[in-house]
Amino acid sequence: MTINIILLIAMTIATLWTVMGRSLLKATLGLAVTSVVISVLMFRLDSPMAAVFELSVCAGLITIIFVSAISLVKPLTHKEAIVVSKDRMKRFRYLPLLVILFGVIAGFFGIPNDFKPIYVALANDVRTVLWSLRQFDMFGQIVIIIAGALGVVVLFREKEKR
Amino acid sequence: MSPDTWHILSVFVAFVAVLFVCGIYSILVTRNLLRTVIGIEILIKGVTLLLIVVGYITNQTGLTQSLVITIIVIEVVVMVIAGGIALSMFRNIDSIDTRNLTKLKG
Repeated sequence: MTINIILLIAMTIATLWTVMGRSLLKATLGLAVTSVVISVLMFRLDSPMAAVFELSVCAGLITIIFVSAISLVKPLTHKEAIVVSKDRMKRFRYLPLLVILFGVIAGFFGIPNDFKPIYVALANDVRTVLWSLRQFDMFGQIVIIIAGALGVVVLFREKEKR
Repeated sequence: MSPDTWHILSVFVAFVAVLFVCGIYSILVTRNLLRTVIGIEILIKGVTLLLIVVGYITNQTGLTQSLVITIIVIEVVVMVIAGGIALSMFRNIDSIDTRNLTKLKG
């Protein structure tokens, strides 16, 4: 449990760095670090398949998507960056306080002492669950991927030359 | 529920709440479209972590992992589309500041 707490603290620091950091690129890297820490936690919580997905997709693919999007957007000038940075620090000054407050409230009062989780008898192999019990989810995933591909085609379409 | 299980769940719920606070605060406060997307991403990470912890406690890791895999697939598509929207916004109005999106109204 001690290692889990250390990992959770690392995750929180990476998240705060992501949210409060000045540079958009560094924020993206912070998000990737958060994903890596979460995937390690998933490995430790007996969920290796989800951890592999989190590591490869969230820490890898999504980071690449964000970095490509950032590289296509014009960066701020030095003066603009200073103004934006000051403004950001002003707007995010309450966040550390809120993080501590909500963390303590959720930790002490989030789960009642007499809470009983519902145990459902199901197959515990992820492949069996995914391919046999939740086939409709797979269908939904395929539809969403096709919709996403079509969305990308529409959004990145070159304007017609007149 | 045994005291150990309650302890594990409480610790994880506290840190998931922290993730939620960071994500919601980021979405509410920021004006950059890509940072808003990052806030949504942090919220989704909180949900996936909570699902995995609950699966670990109830000994149903198979079910929760399949749900998390579904969430991750949806997350990627959402991120790709949101990135595309941000880029097309940049192409049209030369900015990704949400305050410049006033022409959408009406």
